[in-house]
Amino acid sequence: MTGLRAYAIAYLVFLYAPIALLPLFAFNDADIIAFPLSGATTRWFAELTQSASLLNAARNSLIIAATTAVLSTVLGVCAARAASMADWPLKRPMMGLIMLPLVLPEIIVAVSLLVLVVQVFGLGLSNTTIIAAHTLICMPFSIAVLNGAFQNLDPALEEAALDLGETRLSAFRLVILPLVMPGIVSSLLIAFTISLDEFIIAFFLSGANPTMPVYIWGLLRFPGQLPVVMALGTILVALSIVLLIIAEIMRRRGLKRAGLKDRGGFL
Amino acid sequence: MARAALTAGGKRGLILVSPPFLYALLLLAVPLATILLFSFWTQDYLDIDTRFTLANYVEAFNDPLYMQLLRRSLLIAGAVTLVTVVLAFPIAYFVSFHVAPGRKSLWLFLITIPFWTSYLIRVFLWKVILGYNGVLNSGLTGLGLIDEPLSVILYNANAVVITLAHAFAPFAILPIFVALEKIDRSLLEASMDLGETRATTFLRVTLPLAMPGVVAAVLIVFIPTIGDYVTPRLVGGPDGLMIANMIQTQFLKLNNAPMGATLAVLAMLSVTAVSLLFIWLNRRWLRGPK
Repeated sequence: MTGLRAYAIAYLVFLYAPIALLPLFAFNDADIIAFPLSGATTRWFAELTQSASLLNAARNSLIIAATTAVLSTVLGVCAARAASMADWPLKRPMMGLIMLPLVLPEIIVAVSLLVLVVQVFGLGLSNTTIIAAHTLICMPFSIAVLNGAFQNLDPALEEAALDLGETRLSAFRLVILPLVMPGIVSSLLIAFTISLDEFIIAFFLSGANPTMPVYIWGLLRFPGQLPVVMALGTILVALSIVLLIIAEIMRRRGLKRAGLKDRGGFL
Repeated sequence: MARAALTAGGKRGLILVSPPFLYALLLLAVPLATILLFSFWTQDYLDIDTRFTLANYVEAFNDPLYMQLLRRSLLIAGAVTLVTVVLAFPIAYFVSFHVAPGRKSLWLFLITIPFWTSYLIRVFLWKVILGYNGVLNSGLTGLGLIDEPLSVILYNANAVVITLAHAFAPFAILPIFVALEKIDRSLLEASMDLGETRATTFLRVTLPLAMPGVVAAVLIVFIPTIGDYVTPRLVGGPDGLMIANMIQTQFLKLNNAPMGATLAVLAMLSVTAVSLLFIWLNRRWLRGPK
């Protein structure tokens, strides 16, 4: 099986090739993005800190991503908790609609919301429209992460709390919430990461204030700006990797807390 | 009847699911219905003419450009799906069958990390890799394998396929992995005991049992790929543009929302038709074990 292992390693190289190039060009002292490299510099990173429009886009993206993460996780907790309960009529089609954005092309979500907001309601585009759309597409991911946490919950624990005089609400707060907390943290981080990175929907629905990916898209048209984009990309990729590692640690901790074997993967 | 049968748990479930369901209804079902409605209206300069008409669909079917874009989108999405799933299967198989149980989640984590990093920047970096003076061409020229840079790998459909096969890799690997993990390993031993070789065991036991995962992988790659906008724009060149680029042009440049809506509906309909056909073709593999 050495052949298969070699293939797997080659595949990982293919997967990591683009992001491995990022830091190379981010620290490369040349205006063009090509080999051979010509010495190290940190000036592209220095240039980043001086761009007011970049900082504005970054702030916008952070506000959108943080709000989306909270909304998507709250709605996700409701759906995942409900999915773990007894059946009700139309459970499958209802859950199906909620999970639909997972497979829907993003451009469809983007244009349909654009038409509704602008043409039907005559409203302007703002961060609010992006948050609303991002919450919609992040919700299925939150549910996928939270499902694991809720489905493995022992119902006897909640019953015990109820028998001991807690209300449904206080039992949820005192018993269930601590047990699913790792799943919640993991859902927050994943929704945050998706929203921070999402381009198409933000491109269609952003008003006067672009998000980070929309700002980067604008920069990609100017060859002179590309090294700065590489520097920015390096920071974003490093940030995503750190967030994902925390999310993965939380997910594993959650599984351990529920006394389960790790079957791997977020999805 | 149904209401009478609703248990206390089911009732609480229904109440709990209401907020996310209403959210999806208002922000997904209603907008999708609006798009459908718009596709039967027409743009009259600055106003929308709300008389019901099939004019947009007639125009879409008669304009060779729209049909060409739609056909190309389906072809590219099909090629991307084929390449992605064929490349992904051995990885899923390797992780499921040849990696120690304790290390499986590490492998899956390694596979999913690139997927979570900035999509725009990843696509742009493929342009850097595949370009005329790019990493691949300068590397191959440096090694003396080619005399002049290859031009077949950027600004055409090939570049779109390579880039998207990279972008959707985890989407293909994970469902196949899940299906492979479910296979009872004693079935494989039984097959070997009954005289099958490794290869025939794979073809007659492992592969059929893994098919539900393969079908899921195909759908989860194929459907979103049709609507991809960034990759055709950045690495596709004029011959690699897809239907999403035209939808964007109609909405944001030509200010013709009804035509954009029509193209979006046609794209969705063709995706659905191809997906249903594919599921139907694979129906014998999808029946649950009985």
